[in-house]
Formats: sequence, structure tokens, C-alpha cells
Amino acid sequence: MQRMIVDRLKALFAEGKIHRVLGWEAGEFFYDPTPAFFDAENVENLVYDSFCGSNVSKYLIAEAAKEGTVAALLKPCDTYSLNQLATEKRVNREKIYVIGLGCRGMLDIEKIRRAGATGVTGVEEKGDELTVHTLYGDKTLNRKDMLLEKCLTCKGKEHKVFDEVIGESEDTTSQDRMEMVRRLEAMSPDERFAFWRKELSKCIRCNACRNVCPACSCVKCVFDNPKSGVSNKAAADDFEENMFHIIRAFHVAGRCTDCGECSRVCPQGIPLHLLNRKFIKDINELYGEFQAGEQIGGRHPLINYQKDDCEPSVVYQRGGDKG
Amino acid sequence: MQKIGVFVCWCGSNIAATVDVERVAEAVKSEPGVVYSTNYQYMCSENGQAMIRNAIKEYGLNGVVICSCSPRMHEATFRKTAMAAGLNPYMVEIANIREQCSWIHKDMQEGTEKAIILARAAIAKVLKNAPLTAGTSPVTKRALVVGGGIAGIQTALDVADAGYEVDIVEKSPTIGGRMAQLDKTFPTLDCAACILTPKMVDAAQNEKIDILSYSELESVSGFVGNFTVKIRKKARYVDETKCTGCGVCTEKCPSRKGLNEFNMGLNTRGAIYIPFAQAIPNVAVIDKTQCLHFRTGKCGLCEKNCSAGAIKFDQEDEILERQYGAIILATGFKPIDASAFDEYAYCQSKDVVTSLEFERIMNAAGPTKGKLVRPSDGKHPHEIVFIQCVGSRCSADAVKGKQYCSKICCMYTAKHAMLVREKYPDVNVHVFYIDARTPGKNFDEFYRRAVEQYDVDYIKGMVGKVEVEGDHLRVQGSDLIANEQVVIQADMVVLATAIEPDPTARSLGTMLTASMDTNDFFTEAHPKLRPVESPTAGVFLSGACQGPKDIPETVAQAGAAASKVIGLLSKDHLVTNPCVAHSDELLCNGCSQCENVCPYGAISYVEKEVRGPEVRAVKRIAVVNEAVCQGCGACTVTCPSGAMDLKGFSNNQIMAEVDAICR
Repeated sequence: MQRMIVDRLKALFAEGKIHRVLGWEAGEFFYDPTPAFFDAENVENLVYDSFCGSNVSKYLIAEAAKEGTVAALLKPCDTYSLNQLATEKRVNREKIYVIGLGCRGMLDIEKIRRAGATGVTGVEEKGDELTVHTLYGDKTLNRKDMLLEKCLTCKGKEHKVFDEVIGESEDTTSQDRMEMVRRLEAMSPDERFAFWRKELSKCIRCNACRNVCPACSCVKCVFDNPKSGVSNKAAADDFEENMFHIIRAFHVAGRCTDCGECSRVCPQGIPLHLLNRKFIKDINELYGEFQAGEQIGGRHPLINYQKDDCEPSVVYQRGGDKG
Repeated sequence: MQKIGVFVCWCGSNIAATVDVERVAEAVKSEPGVVYSTNYQYMCSENGQAMIRNAIKEYGLNGVVICSCSPRMHEATFRKTAMAAGLNPYMVEIANIREQCSWIHKDMQEGTEKAIILARAAIAKVLKNAPLTAGTSPVTKRALVVGGGIAGIQTALDVADAGYEVDIVEKSPTIGGRMAQLDKTFPTLDCAACILTPKMVDAAQNEKIDILSYSELESVSGFVGNFTVKIRKKARYVDETKCTGCGVCTEKCPSRKGLNEFNMGLNTRGAIYIPFAQAIPNVAVIDKTQCLHFRTGKCGLCEKNCSAGAIKFDQEDEILERQYGAIILATGFKPIDASAFDEYAYCQSKDVVTSLEFERIMNAAGPTKGKLVRPSDGKHPHEIVFIQCVGSRCSADAVKGKQYCSKICCMYTAKHAMLVREKYPDVNVHVFYIDARTPGKNFDEFYRRAVEQYDVDYIKGMVGKVEVEGDHLRVQGSDLIANEQVVIQADMVVLATAIEPDPTARSLGTMLTASMDTNDFFTEAHPKLRPVESPTAGVFLSGACQGPKDIPETVAQAGAAASKVIGLLSKDHLVTNPCVAHSDELLCNGCSQCENVCPYGAISYVEKEVRGPEVRAVKRIAVVNEAVCQGCGACTVTCPSGAMDLKGFSNNQIMAEVDAICR
């Protein structure tokens, strides 16, 4: 697969169709391929394996603004983010050559470790059988159990935007996406508050979630702008990180494609995607099913007023006034 | 340095009774920037205004806070005052300590504390105010009337009479509305058609009036003086310019199943029809759901028989786009659906009819040619029971019906009773009523004539149920004065059903951001002082869409609305609101979200080289058209980076107010 991609990219470079490539290069360890740009000279260094879970779409904002065409290697779920960015005119679709990559679900090194594999040196995949090589011998695991959280609620095997596709994809859905949201909704307001206080107080404000989020792509974030008054407000007391995540969830509401990167990159393991999913669930229930990034163009329900939209009183009907 | 003056108004006892105004004036003296603070009985009076003017000059004030009534009441007044003293009018802030404070508090201590907090918020805001200058926008000298009933017709005639062009958009195939369906009108008993149809003809013949019948509003954009309206002219499948209204097609049409809407469905009409003889425009329309040509592809008899060649089966809806300076809503009312009141057996017997159906039965042009007969068997009735307040004046917790009084039912029921007794002295007429409400010129005399002269049997009390018994209706009610149960074997029962706003009003209300009350009646800008204006500038209200009304009231309101419209259209320019949005190009992402939420289409985008401390790039950035922006602020809350801000209501100003309140 990696070979096929590199060969194809070389051909595209030779044809003059592309000038740069956005993909992954080997990281410090075998399990952390890192987003990187390549040109015709170093494209051989490109990596594509089961640890390329990261969504690279966001890098296109800066990259597609430059001269020439950039080839973007996108898994099916990543294409939603590109569509959303194109909808918001943040990237110019014309300057991007989208190569859809086959994906059968990406592996989560943390899960592999939690499954008891320490000192991991490499993995071998054969169907659903995952052999993990470690310093202490091999360990066999079920691949399906080792997938990233976001792969359990897979968006499907279809690329929503592409110029060509390399490889086959699988739908790896094994969970109900809204299950956890429903559980949170079922809690009492006090329980829910306690849940979020517990989770969010782990936050160290490293900003990883914001920096990776394709929807958090403001030229200048309100939290970096002292004039906005928001960052100062948030820093006033120990509710700071709570405010940060709540404001962030509001800012990406309707635009979040549920790519799950926020939770994936969080070093503290905060399930941040649940905040966004709650918004998605509400939007789906109040305005009809909506998936951000399904296509380029159009308006998301929060900025698309329709005459038959629910009345504000729906909050009361749903018991929202009771917490 | 900021020099703020604070002026606390007593509003007589309106504020002073629950707010210690002296304490408020004293408390704000220590607020940052405040150099002068005082209180006075009536700040809006000439003396009060003079105090403000003098203080501005004496203390060199560059910001003024008035603690008084709602800014909707006197903001304009105090801005003028400030301007007269040489201060920019937008350096004036109002702290509403009346509607939002003294009127809702009973405790002096609480009221005073809240007033101080509200004053602090206004001071915090005015410290961040900047002088603003208003611009102007031109006025399109053309009005749009939505609804072609008596309200719409009268408004259009009055506006046209002043020399302005008016379009009437009417959703049904003819103008005339509910009044065209009425037989006689109270309290003079002159025939509705005789007084209405000449007005319809006047409207049709007036060069300034364009009647767009069988049309509906598709969308509205713009603002006062500059509305752009898309109108859907529904296909009637008849060429309006060719049809002569001869009616041959309506006679030849073999489809006879369509319910005649004009006769409240009491009889049927052809698939091609003219609603009634005096319809304007006198042009046929094809009901696609009934037409054999549309249903089976066969027939086409109307086409063959039309000597004018007016039938156009391939006609399509047409969208017109027009500009208007003012919009008048005259969408009227409809009777509520009586089928929810099955205790009166409306769905069980054809002889239980609503008042509007009865109106058609009594009308010479109606389904029975004006002969009073039972709809079930065509027999002459001998006992008729009228039931008033069906669906009106219901208690708040009732599962059906309206809480309000429909206002016109007492009078039209008296009219019906009188007309029946006049034409058919052999018929006994009983009226069940809660109260007979007759406050109007010659109204009570009219009602008393029904009781005293025509011997109508008025029974104070309500009907519990109506049961079908053979070919009779057993009406069981209570007589509260005799304190006994009454049972009447009736031949017919007439229900004085409540009236409600036309269902199309709601979508129009949303389209125009014209607010509505809980019953979907349009809300007026002020219940007493601005009864024909909606709170949305440039949108006016005429007739029963604002609340239940009889014909004289409707006509009076229609004229009043017209005079307001004329006042607006007579201006060449309107002063625009300088509190408009603007985007910070350094922060703007160019993401188009603000453009998508802007209800006025005021935001567009340009590619521009932007230079700042951290950026230097060609960027797509939002630009606000200040003449079109209405300052609603939708863009500012949508913008994720805070690039959009509203002059006069900036994020920082609002934050400062919130901070002052939470301090």
C-alpha cells in the first residue's frame, strides 16, 4: 500500500500535476508517524501504515495558500474536515489534489499498551490478528479491539471528496456514537457537573486539542487575543479550563465533523469529543440529521434559519430549564 | 479624561415609590468617571432636559447616563437633549430603572439596590462609548399590502390616494376577503357586498394599485424604506390578460366535486371556477387537484370552449421581485375549526353550522339562494339555537379554544337572530350567551332591538351538549337566571365560533421579524400609542391580524396604517442607525458564517492585503455595507474569532456591563 502510494505520487510529480505532498513521515518511534510535507526528492520517506490515525486536513489551510498544487493524503473520515474547510473558504479546493487512502481502521498504541504489551517494538497484521512484537516476546491481540476510539464510530468507507482513491476501505463501526452522550444526558445536573468538573480539571491547557482541531482554525484565536476579554475571564479562577473547553465547544458547534482528534491528542485523556457530540446530537434532534463536511458548500443548521425551525421554547419542552 | 453625568429620574412616583432615587444618585457618585450626579421628578420635562443641558456645559460632560424609563420610551428624547448641548447623541446611555426595576419590585430596598446596579452597568458602558455619526438611506416610494380583504383594500386605497404606488398581494384568486362572504353588516344591516364591491372595483381601477391575486410572499429582505420582496404568483392555468370572466368554462367543466371555499364548503364548484360573481380580478382559476385534465390527461373542455384562448395548462408559478419602502400586514382572520367542539355535534349533523356558514346560507348569492333551509334535508327549520362563545373566552387551562373574546360574535349573532325573525316570523330563535357585549356606536340599541322588537329568546348560560335525535337536535343548556336546565328540540344549531389569525400570518411574521403574541396576532409597537405599527420598522398592521375587530374598526385602523405609511413614503431619506457591524480585518477568517446569518444581506467579501503586527497576507475578509446593516448583532455572536463587532454595542461594552452587574 505504502509502495503503491509513493509510486503514484512520483508519477504525479513527473506529470507536473502536483508540487507538494501532505502525508506522514516516520516519527521517533514506529507507532508515531508524523504529518509532513514532501516534494519529488524526498517522497520516498512517506509512511502510510496502521498508525497514521491523525487527520492532516488542517495543514492545508497554510499549505494550499502557497503556490502550486498540493496533494493531500486523506482517509475517508479526514475528507469531511477538508470539505468543511472548503465550505468556510479556508482552503481552495482547486489547489488541492485529494488522494483518498484506503483505511481499515487505525491502531491506538495506548490501547495496545493497556492490553498488556509493554516495550513494543513493532506490529504485524494478518486480517484481524494483530501480532505485537515486544522486548519480552510476541503477543497476539484482536486488531478490532485495538482501534482508535474514533474508528469505533467510523464515518464509513466512502471518501467525501477525492480526485483519486488508492486502496480499499472498511467501515469499522462497532459502537453507537451517541451512547455515552445519552448516558450523560440521563445524569442529574449535579452528577453531570461533577463528571465534567472531574474530567476538565485534568486539563493542563496545553492547547493540543485546539491546535489539532480543523474547526479551530481562526487566524487569531480568542484565547490568544488579550483584547477579546475571553482569555482573561477564563483565567480568573479555577473554572478556567472548564470555560476554555465550553467556549471551544460552542465555537465549533455545527462545524465539528466529529473527527475525534481533540480526544486523540489529549495527553490527559479527557473525552473532549463528548462535548462536541452533545452539540451534534442536539442539532440532529432539533433540526434534523446533519453531518458537517458531508459536502462542500451549504450552511450548517446553526447559521441556516428555516421557517419551520423549532421555536426557542423547545428548550423548555425538553426540560432544559431544569438543568 | 471621562466626565460622566448621571441623572436619576423619579418619573413622579413611578420610580420614586419603589426606588430611593436620592440614594441611587449618591451611590453612583463614587463610580469611575462620574463627576456629577443628581435626581429630578421628570427628567423628560423641559426643566429636566434643561438640567441635563446645563450640566453638560457646566461640568464639560462627555458622557451622560439617564436612569429612567425604557430607552424605547425616551432614548431619542435624551439624545436630542445631549445634541442640543453639543454632545454626540451616542454618548448617552439609558439605565432602565422603571420597566425593569421599579415596576416589578415592591420592596424599596431591593428596588434601590437593583437601580444602583443598573446605573453602574450603564456607566461602565458609557465609559467605552465612542461618538457615532448617523448616515442616511433612500426610501423606495412604493408600498406592499399583504392581504386583500377590507383592511388591505382600504389601506391600499388610502395610500394610493396620497399618490404612492401600492401592490396588494392576495393569496386567494380574488380580493374581498371575509367581508365578501358576509350577508348583512351590523348595526345598520346594509348588505356587505353592496358596500365592499365598489371598493374592490375602486382598487382594481386605481392606476396606482396593482393587485397580485393568487400570490404569496416568498421571501423578504432589506429594511425600512428598502425592502426587497419576492412574490410567488401561483399558476392559475388561465391567462389573466386574456380571460374575460365570461364564465362559460365554469359551466362546461365536468368536474363537480371541488368544495366551494367561498360558500364554506356547503356546495361544490367546478375544477375551473370564479370564486364569486363580483370577484376581482374576474378571472377563472383551475383547481389542479380536481381538474380532469391534470389528473387523467383527458378532458380539456374548458380549453375548447374558451373563445378568448385563455386556458394555459402549461402555466407555471412565476416569481416577481419588487422593491418597497413599507409593508402593511392585513392578513385577517379565519373562524376556528369547530370540529374540535364535538359536544355541539358539529361533525355529527349537517344542521349544526358555524356562523360564517350560516352567513352563506342567508346570503342571496349563497348555496341556498338565501333561503333558510336545513343543510341536511332542505326543510324549513322552526327552532334555531345560537350558541355564543364557542372557542372564545376559554379558561387558560382548557385543552381547546382561545382565552380571548372574539369581539364580533355578540353582534353578528344578534344580527342573525334578527334577520331570521324578520324574514321568517314563524321561526323561534334562542340564543345562549355568557354576556352580551355591545360596546360600540348603536350596538346596544341593535342588540336590544333583537330582544325587545324581534322577540329573540336570549338565555343567559351555556350549552352543555347537543345530541342528534332523529332529525332533531336536542340542545341541553342551563338558564342561569331561572337557575334551571333547559332542553330545546332544535332544527338547526348555529355556533358563534371564535376567530383566529389566518394561519399564513405566522410564516409572514417570521419572514418579516414582526413579532406575534401567543395567539399569533401581530403585536403592535405600543398597545396604546402605536397601535398600527409593528415593532419592526417599516412594517405596519391593518385589521384583524392585530386582534379581533369588526368592519368599522378595521377600516379605521386601515386608514391609520395608511397615514403612517404615507408619512414614511413622503420622506426622501431616512436617517440610518450608526450602530452597525464592522469587521476587524486582522482577525477575520473569511469563513462566511456571518454572511450566512445576516438577515439583511449586508455582508460581502473582498480579497485584500492585510498588514498587522503578526500578519501580512492577502486574505478574504468580510466587509459590512453600513447602509444595509441594521445592527442586529447576529454576525457578532456567530463570528468565532470575535472579528465582527457592533458599534455602540461592542463585545467589550457588553462585557463591561456584565462585569459591572456581577461586581
